[in-house]
Amino acid sequence: MKTNYLMLHTITRIVTFIILSFSIYLFFAGHNSPGGGFIGGLMMASGLILLYLSFDLKTIKRVLPFDYSTLIATGLLIALLTGFNGLLFGDPFLTQYFDYFELPILGEVELTTALPFDLGVFIVVVAITLLIILTIAEDDS
Amino acid sequence: MEILMIVTAGIIISVSTYLLLTRSILRVVFGIVLLSHGVHLLILTMAGLMGGSPPLLTEDASSYTDPLPQALILTAIVISFGVTAFVLVLGYRTYKEHKTDDLDQLRGNGDE
Amino acid sequence: MSMLHFVALAPFIVAIIIPFLYKKFRHIHTGWFVLPVPLLLFIYLIQYLPLGGEAMEIVENTVAWVPSLGINYTVYLDGLSLLFALLITGIGALVVLYSIYYIANKRDEPLNNFYVFLLMFMGAMLGVVLSDNLMVLYVFWEITSLSSSLLIAYWYHKEKSRYGALKSMLITVAGGFAMLAGFALLYVMTGALGSATFSIREIISYADVLKDSPLFLPAMLLILLGAFTKSAQFPFHIWLPDAMEAPTPVSAYLHSATMVKAGIYLVARFTPLFGGEAEWFWIVTGVGLFTMLWGSVSAIRQKDLKSILAFSTISQLGLIMSLLGLGSAALYFDIPNAGSVYSVAILAAIFHLVNHATFKGSLFMVVGIVDHETGTRDIRKLGGLMALMPITFTISLIGIASMAGLPPFNGFLSKEMFFTGTLQSMTLDIFNVQTLGFIFPVVAWIASVFTFIYSMILFFKTFTGKYQPEKLDKEAHEAPMGLLIPPIILASLVVIFGFFPNLLAYTIIDPAMQSILPGLLTEGEQFDVKIYHWHGLNPELFMTIAVVAFGTLIYLNLDRWKETTFFMRERDPLNAFYDNGLDGLVTGSQKVTKLQMTGLLRDYILYMLVFIIGMITWTFIKFNAFQYDFANLTLVPPYLWIVILVIIAASISLPFISHRISSILVLGVIGFLVALLFVIFRAPDLALTQLLIETVMVVLFLLAYIYLPELKKIDVKPRFNIFNLVVSIGMGLVVIVTGISVHAMRNDLDITSISEYFIENSKALGGGYNMVNVILVDFRGMDTLLEVLVLSIAALGVVTMIKLKMKGGEDI
Repeated sequence: MKTNYLMLHTITRIVTFIILSFSIYLFFAGHNSPGGGFIGGLMMASGLILLYLSFDLKTIKRVLPFDYSTLIATGLLIALLTGFNGLLFGDPFLTQYFDYFELPILGEVELTTALPFDLGVFIVVVAITLLIILTIAEDDS
Repeated sequence: MEILMIVTAGIIISVSTYLLLTRSILRVVFGIVLLSHGVHLLILTMAGLMGGSPPLLTEDASSYTDPLPQALILTAIVISFGVTAFVLVLGYRTYKEHKTDDLDQLRGNGDE
Repeated sequence: MSMLHFVALAPFIVAIIIPFLYKKFRHIHTGWFVLPVPLLLFIYLIQYLPLGGEAMEIVENTVAWVPSLGINYTVYLDGLSLLFALLITGIGALVVLYSIYYIANKRDEPLNNFYVFLLMFMGAMLGVVLSDNLMVLYVFWEITSLSSSLLIAYWYHKEKSRYGALKSMLITVAGGFAMLAGFALLYVMTGALGSATFSIREIISYADVLKDSPLFLPAMLLILLGAFTKSAQFPFHIWLPDAMEAPTPVSAYLHSATMVKAGIYLVARFTPLFGGEAEWFWIVTGVGLFTMLWGSVSAIRQKDLKSILAFSTISQLGLIMSLLGLGSAALYFDIPNAGSVYSVAILAAIFHLVNHATFKGSLFMVVGIVDHETGTRDIRKLGGLMALMPITFTISLIGIASMAGLPPFNGFLSKEMFFTGTLQSMTLDIFNVQTLGFIFPVVAWIASVFTFIYSMILFFKTFTGKYQPEKLDKEAHEAPMGLLIPPIILASLVVIFGFFPNLLAYTIIDPAMQSILPGLLTEGEQFDVKIYHWHGLNPELFMTIAVVAFGTLIYLNLDRWKETTFFMRERDPLNAFYDNGLDGLVTGSQKVTKLQMTGLLRDYILYMLVFIIGMITWTFIKFNAFQYDFANLTLVPPYLWIVILVIIAASISLPFISHRISSILVLGVIGFLVALLFVIFRAPDLALTQLLIETVMVVLFLLAYIYLPELKKIDVKPRFNIFNLVVSIGMGLVVIVTGISVHAMRNDLDITSISEYFIENSKALGGGYNMVNVILVDFRGMDTLLEVLVLSIAALGVVTMIKLKMKGGEDI
């Protein structure tokens, strides 16, 4: 019997989009209101898991051709390199800086070095969550 | 309220300890998950409950809830997720290799 | 950093280069690269000898190493150090030369190992005798044990070599450890005086005060333990015969001339501190004399030439040790003239130390030659080598005569002085010597008789009698010149010191005596160290004559007792203690391990939990720490009651659910309710994280246990175990009690939380309004970095377990 997943697929398309946008919002909002790398990352991961659950693995692999182990390394590297930033100014490892800049269109914006660090965390969290779940799911032996 | 929370944490830890001591790997994993819940609640309680508004400066309150234990617990939650996933897969692989999840049958030889 | 620091370090530095030289110049025997080291050091050290008869100049130099702990690399060169340093480098040069011809440069002979270990030993031994700092001395001391063990195991494919190496290692290192404890006690004792120090000289300068300390005797005993194990004194001597598995140059160098004398050095070095004490006198003298007797008696039943020499070495070390013990009485100040009488013993000790190094070194080398040229060391196979190996024969004649104490060689002189020392020790009535003192000369005489006998065995069985070529692997012939030169040099020293003993008197013996017995002489004075051959017809001479007479008599009748059990059992009976002890240790620890390592996860967790519960309970009882404060409790809102009751109910039901999916869902419920609690307790970040993690976790659990069909068969039957229940309830109670006490104390003590800092500074320093996030990415960024690292490792572990499946026994 072939099951028709039309409902699920349609809803997933919309919901995933919302979840992913919200996860990016959470990530950027993290410094000033609840959110941040961990939460944003987990949110994005659960959105993607939803995609994987409702469609099948092969389809999504075609859409998202990422190698998650490489992503883990990338994320770690970003976080690590942000840490060396402090050394350039003679401060301890992982010292973070911030300042306010006047940018066109956006107006006054706070830029922090904590953001790329959090981005590293974000990438690592997304990658490991998906890596663990996909590894188990793909195991067919 | 603090006392109630401490007792709750104690009960959760009690149950998780019992689960850790059982023979089934799956239950041991449940025990680990439950144990981390208990410990997180305990840490949160120790720092004092309802001591003020959430630790967001945008609230502009006179007193805030202690942010440090929250940061610690956040880290702990994520780490315990990693640990749980690892132990779960370990148990899963063990089951596939040995066709059992009974820890009593999984014990090694005398000279190992 | 002076030249003297470099003296001890030079061998180590060369040792680093040796492997490269070995690889690079494969056709040249590596020994030639090593030979210059001891030779140059010897020439350098000779300059310090007071050749003109003047008092020796004492050199001292300090390099700070760990000044905060009082550990400095202080070199201190006085008469005693110089004597030993010259022995180490002098004999070292001869041994290296000898080894070049003894160990052939073959393809599979790891010469680089041999010389690296040998240089390591040389440097460490120089370090021992030159350091003034106890900790530095200890480090070098243990390196000598290590390198000795490595050298014994040089032919490690032989089981006996490994056995001997392990044995020497265990015994000497155990002794060294005791010695370290003794040093620590000395440090503590000087610390009690307000100036904790590891410097030997400073400690000696406090000798008078330290004598009253209750730790004085323990320190003395512990240090003696180190000295006795190293110098193979009874009952620790059992390692030395087994150490004979080492190549003969090593036996000649480490196990007769230098390393085993490190214990002698230590006793001599500490005589100014401990000397004059009755315990020191009796222990050192008693152990020394008994070792001498035991060694000489054991030697006569050995069939292996090297074993005879090994037991002979034990016996001679006992002799020197007992002389140091007797001489220590010179520092007992209450008796007039004690100094002059007892210092004879010290004089004899130093003189015999030098003599022993010369004659025993040459004898070991001769035995090595015999072994090398005939292929055996068994006295039952040897015989009649006199005509075949005339030079070897001559050298051994000199060495053996000196060992047996026959005139005119140096051994005779020191043996006479030894008798003098034992006889004179009876004349003074201190330390209860008047009652037991007669034992000294008697034991000394008996031991000398046996020494004479084994010397005769060594000589006659090897060189006289019938030549038995059918029992030998090789055709016996004279050794090449290179093997003969080092023993010839040593044998000529035996003769020279025999005829002109006073060459040594004021150059070496007097400075060494001054450092062993300080304070006996006034400034500028020197000991009366003139050594004479002829003292007239005194008791000592008659004792020697009696030794020769009785020894010959017994030797001639030796065949009569050949079949007795005494002669049949070559191994020292004390070995049983070591062998059984070691076996017992191994099986015992295996039993203990088996007892606790059950292979059951439950047991391991139980050990930890019971320990934790016990520890916390004990702390509570010990400090009476339980407090409670129910005074200002906040009211619990009803919705909180509901949440908590559901959590508790769900938790308690978890162990009873035998259905898999239900338990996973119940666990999920608990997780989401905890997230709800985080919301209630104003932790928005936590609540979000917990919600998301719980979602992911439920998916994970379902995947692992539902998605995969094979796992469906698991059926978990909860096994009720009353003990598990007790432990888990105990754990819960401990948590509750601790929590309540902490809560009560928190109200009492009014602690300001460190969180104030974060609350005040998260905007100013971190530039963010969300304190939790600022703490995570800024203040405690390192924690977060390591956390994601841990997560990554866990993820990689998961991938490894599933993607890289390996069957049992398979390796990457």
